[in-house]
Amino acid sequence: MITTPSGTGNMYPVIELNNVTRVYGTGTAAVNALQGIDLRIDHGDFVAVMGPSGSGKSTCMNILGCLDTPSSGTYRFKGVEVGNLSRDQRALLRRHYLGFVFQGFNLLNRTSALENVELPLIYRGTPATERREMARKALAAVGLNGWESHTPAELSGGQQQRVAIARAIVASPEVLFADEPTGNLDSARSREIMELMTDFNRDQGITIVMVTHDAVMAAYARRIVRFMDGIIDKEEQNGG
Amino acid sequence: MFIETILIAMREIRRNVMRSSLTILGIVIGVAAVITMVTVGDGATKQVAYEISSLGSNLLDVRPGQSFRGPGGTRSGAPMFKIADAEAIERDVSGLAGVAPMTGRSAQAIYGNENWATNITGSTNNFLLVRNWVLSGGRQFTDGELRAGAAVCIIGATIRKQLFGEQDPVGRTIRLEKLSCQVIGELKSKGQSSFGMDQDDIVLIPLRTVQRRIVGNNDISSISVSAKDGVSTEKVKEEIERLLRERRRIGKNKEDDFNVRDMQEIVKTLTGTTRLLTTLLGAVAAVSLLVGGIGIMNIMLVSVTERTREIGIRLAIGAMEKQVLMQFLIEAVVLSCFGGLIGIILGIAAAAAGASALKVPLILNIGIIIIAFVFSAAVGVVFGFFPARKAALLDPIEALRHE
Ligand SMILES: Nc1ncnc2c1ncn2[C@@H]1O[C@H](COP(=O)(O)OP(=O)(O)O)[C@@H](O)[C@H]1O
Ligand SMILES: [Mg+2]
Repeated sequence: MITTPSGTGNMYPVIELNNVTRVYGTGTAAVNALQGIDLRIDHGDFVAVMGPSGSGKSTCMNILGCLDTPSSGTYRFKGVEVGNLSRDQRALLRRHYLGFVFQGFNLLNRTSALENVELPLIYRGTPATERREMARKALAAVGLNGWESHTPAELSGGQQQRVAIARAIVASPEVLFADEPTGNLDSARSREIMELMTDFNRDQGITIVMVTHDAVMAAYARRIVRFMDGIIDKEEQNGG
Repeated sequence: MFIETILIAMREIRRNVMRSSLTILGIVIGVAAVITMVTVGDGATKQVAYEISSLGSNLLDVRPGQSFRGPGGTRSGAPMFKIADAEAIERDVSGLAGVAPMTGRSAQAIYGNENWATNITGSTNNFLLVRNWVLSGGRQFTDGELRAGAAVCIIGATIRKQLFGEQDPVGRTIRLEKLSCQVIGELKSKGQSSFGMDQDDIVLIPLRTVQRRIVGNNDISSISVSAKDGVSTEKVKEEIERLLRERRRIGKNKEDDFNVRDMQEIVKTLTGTTRLLTTLLGAVAAVSLLVGGIGIMNIMLVSVTERTREIGIRLAIGAMEKQVLMQFLIEAVVLSCFGGLIGIILGIAAAAAGASALKVPLILNIGIIIIAFVFSAAVGVVFGFFPARKAALLDPIEALRHE
């Protein structure tokens, strides 16, 4: 179990990157995907990450999501230096604080929507009946009442992504990471997904970090961070 | 959490019935083969031991001729025994339950319109004692009949059936070549022997009657001796050999011109042989169990590759290395145990079929069944570990990107 520094309240931002770099490969084949990122995200924020393909957005998201660690620089999650954690400690951090939504949905095949949503709770050790109830509620929250027993193959893309969102928020995470969540959906479906995310951000105070190419989607966020060639090119506050 | 991991594993197995059944096929066949081989082998060993002991317990067979020549060579040079030899053994060798001098040959038996080629044995009531025969009807010979060489006989179950069918044979008269012979008793069946000889195909007649009226000489072709319970047949054998060497005046450096066969020794040799065969067959079957294990590893490895994305999802969501490892390990063990169970059931069924086809008793060896099961579980652990470790060490980012 990872414990964040106790009694700190909101003294630490949820996310704090200091001069983070990420180098893939070595020698002449080395790719500097991130070349010194400084970023601070506070509790309850909704950040859209934009930028051209290959600019390092996904690399940064993987580090923020504790799936990867920086080559240099520091990443503090709620004051905890993630680079110093073991693989299993980072898994526990993800289990208890983070939720993920991917472009490709990434649901378990041949597994009902309900069971997919239950998955994070299983690893949290939530008792079966409570787990089922929470999963049902999460599915209802994304508008999938009555679809509990359907498998991903029996659901549309928009519905699958809603199952994925239900899975990401079912355990009430601190931060929700979404890497191009609407990349595979048409614009109407995309707007529905964005409405859902906005609701969770506003009603449950879940911090959201979302990668998108689409300015319409980015407009739902409070803040936009623009990447360019492995550095943050521009940060802007959304008007209104 | 451990129970949850088991449930996750079980759910994955159920989700893929086809793959799961293919995975366990090797284990099923391996376990079934081991159990069938060992069970049928044990049955065969028991059967051999039983058949030999049904000839008579603590039995020694004394025949003229050297042992290595076999029964065919006996009559060539070595002189036959006389009744005095049997009497000397009975008198001088200690610890005996009975001595039965024997002679005989095959002959045609006729009753009414029925006739049957059978084996005539001339001996005394001691024959019944040393060879473990029980009468199912009638009586033994009287002393008077034995002394006078009376034309009476006790018949075995086979000839009784062939000549008399359902009728009661006692008191009727059958013809054995020129001899008309009254049936005074019948022998309880010992059943067919797997050596191919029918022990029940026998007509027992007083020794003197056979010598005088059928074979026409005073020879004794063999002497069956039975030692008392608890007396060493080896010691009895030595004493008989010493006595007969003396009586037959065999010089110090000359070989015996007779042989004493100890049935217990033969039992040991034969059961030893069948036991060795059982062990060999069991070992061959165990190899197939090992091959089954490699099959599990193979399919588990394929399964890990196929499920890379699933593993990535689990890791991203917060599964720890050891949980993914346990999930796949438990999957392998549950599969192999399940395969073991099916194998045990199939093995017992095949062993029962095999035992009844080979006419050997069905002796379930609980030890082997437990060993086979434990071994199949161990196969799951050993061969499941490598694929499970491979799954646990996957990089979640790479795994999620996997198509
Ligand atoms: N696993 C990897 N190995 C090598 N190079 C990588 C790897 N992942 C990303 N890159 C490189 O790092 C750079 C940034 O990639 P990425 O973060 O995926 O960009 P984006 O998500 O903004 O499109 C690209 O040049 C890409 O080729
Ligand atoms: Mg990307």
